[in-house]
Amino acid sequence: MEHSSTYQPTSGFGKWIDTRLPIPRVMYTQFITFPTPRNLNYWWTFGGILTFMLVAQIATGVVLAMHYVATPELAFDSVEHIMRDVSWGWLMRYSHAVGGSMFFLAAYIHTFRGLYYGSYKAPREVLWILGVLILLLMIATAFMGYSLVWGQMSFWAVTVITNLFSSLDAVVPGLGTRLVEWIWGGFAVGGPMLNRLYSLHYLFPFLIAGVVALHIWALHMPGNNNPTGIDVKGARDVVPFHPYYTIKDGFALVLFAIVFAALVFYGPNTLGHPDNYIPANPLQTPQHIVPEWYFLPFYAILRAIPNKLFGVAGLIGGIAILFFVPWLDTSRVRSTRYRPIYKWFFWAFVITCFVLGYLGSQPPEGAYLIFGRIFTAYYFLFFLVVMPVVGWIEKPKALPGSITEAVFGPEEAQASSEPAPRRREAEAVL
Amino acid sequence: MADTTPITPANMPLPDSDEPTRRDVIMVAAGGFAAAGAALALWPLLDQMNPDQSALSLATTEVDLAHVEPGQAVTVMWRGKPIFIRHRTDAEIAAAQDLPVDDLPDPLARNANLPDNALATDENRTTKGREPWLVMIGICTHLGCIPKGQAVGDYKGEYGGWFCPCHGSQYDTAGRVRKGPAPQNMAIPPYAYLSDTKVKIG
Repeated sequence: MEHSSTYQPTSGFGKWIDTRLPIPRVMYTQFITFPTPRNLNYWWTFGGILTFMLVAQIATGVVLAMHYVATPELAFDSVEHIMRDVSWGWLMRYSHAVGGSMFFLAAYIHTFRGLYYGSYKAPREVLWILGVLILLLMIATAFMGYSLVWGQMSFWAVTVITNLFSSLDAVVPGLGTRLVEWIWGGFAVGGPMLNRLYSLHYLFPFLIAGVVALHIWALHMPGNNNPTGIDVKGARDVVPFHPYYTIKDGFALVLFAIVFAALVFYGPNTLGHPDNYIPANPLQTPQHIVPEWYFLPFYAILRAIPNKLFGVAGLIGGIAILFFVPWLDTSRVRSTRYRPIYKWFFWAFVITCFVLGYLGSQPPEGAYLIFGRIFTAYYFLFFLVVMPVVGWIEKPKALPGSITEAVFGPEEAQASSEPAPRRREAEAVL
Repeated sequence: MADTTPITPANMPLPDSDEPTRRDVIMVAAGGFAAAGAALALWPLLDQMNPDQSALSLATTEVDLAHVEPGQAVTVMWRGKPIFIRHRTDAEIAAAQDLPVDDLPDPLARNANLPDNALATDENRTTKGREPWLVMIGICTHLGCIPKGQAVGDYKGEYGGWFCPCHGSQYDTAGRVRKGPAPQNMAIPPYAYLSDTKVKIG
């Protein structure tokens, strides 16, 4: 939310830098006094958690890159070298591998939060689109990182996913094959492919960091949405970001970090596939190729569609459709709390994502395939039919008069005439 | 310096005419030239990803077939890809020859030694006079997995050829797709027989 800066540099250096590169002023204005709705719940803490995860992944990743060797002959062994010989290598690698899962867990919760509370609606469309872009970059980065281990799952995941592009042969004969050979730098997945995956895996996190900066910028123009979905109407509806949300985000981060640490120390391979501890073998495909859990719903969509080209289109469309959500949802009410019909469809969609995740882990045959098709159909119908139609026909529940009224009820909101940010000083006195 | 007014975007001297000037022409010409130069500079950055000279040079592989009995198969590497060579039994050849091309999901031979429009008859999938031998790239045309069916104990699918474990595509004894999501028959690489027992791939 745009608000005038109350920053007053006190030190000599503070005054000097304020007229040259006013970073302290920006930090103070955007992260200390920034007016934030007073009613944000714990689902709003995942933005901070995601920022932490990005920094953690870059830090552990840079360390791993100091010991990793990106050649088909040495890649797998260098990972084992990190695990056995490098000081703290096991910690860095397990933190990085589990960290990928935790990053996606937080990103999916963050995305569902935005979907539930209508955080994509005007004036936050650009904020939402940048978020979907970050998700796409994360998917690409995670895929490339997983491939670097060069185990059987790594190798065949790269083979299958790069071969998706050959489906373009159905559009222009030869185009897909040509494109895949360009991606591989050869006629099969091999050394050149591994090296470019490594190069790009190192680049992409910094692209993500750049888009995250834009994402936060786009957030700070309209300010946070909130669980009621109604706009901030005055100073009583907000509190300063610090200390209220630095503490709340920090507390949530500690809880999140406990789960993260529990997995790193007590179940580092729980979420991985044992086949990736078999070195890559270009002559033998594993019995079942299964991606990491965070790709399973999209993998289920790919396999549910019997046509190669349309299967690939479904896989990409499953994510790309998120870009259009701000315009697919026709309801003028943001928060699903006040949408009695839509909420059932929303939770059905959440269940669909879990079911698709389960189906993606199973072989594509028999009942698994039939259910895969049913749930894939609902996945797309939710966006293409439910979102526009329910928005038109639904009569939303009455919205509260203001955020403060939603918190305290109408009478108390009238009675407390003191603007919320001032409570900070009052509490400091107590 | 008499004039000490600081320069701001508001008081900067700007050309005050809407008429095209010689400066505009130079601006457009220079901009266009820079764009063309940038596009040219981009080309090496993209083209470097294509298969390099060392990848292109590994173009041929010679295989000795003397020890492969009917019913057996061998797998060799060519350009980093597995090449399936199967010495087919009479029953397998008959099964492949009896099938009308119209019944196939992909009616084209996909044989690099024949024109692109050759039909997927068993004759076009093999070499005349050497029908027992099927030489093909052992990569499923769906998403690039290696089908099962080379080893003796492998499940070979309903058509006795190959079965892809990834997404369930099935191939017959001529390597033609019969079932599943694969869009094409498995490809036949360029190859030639050097003698009765020797074949050169590539």
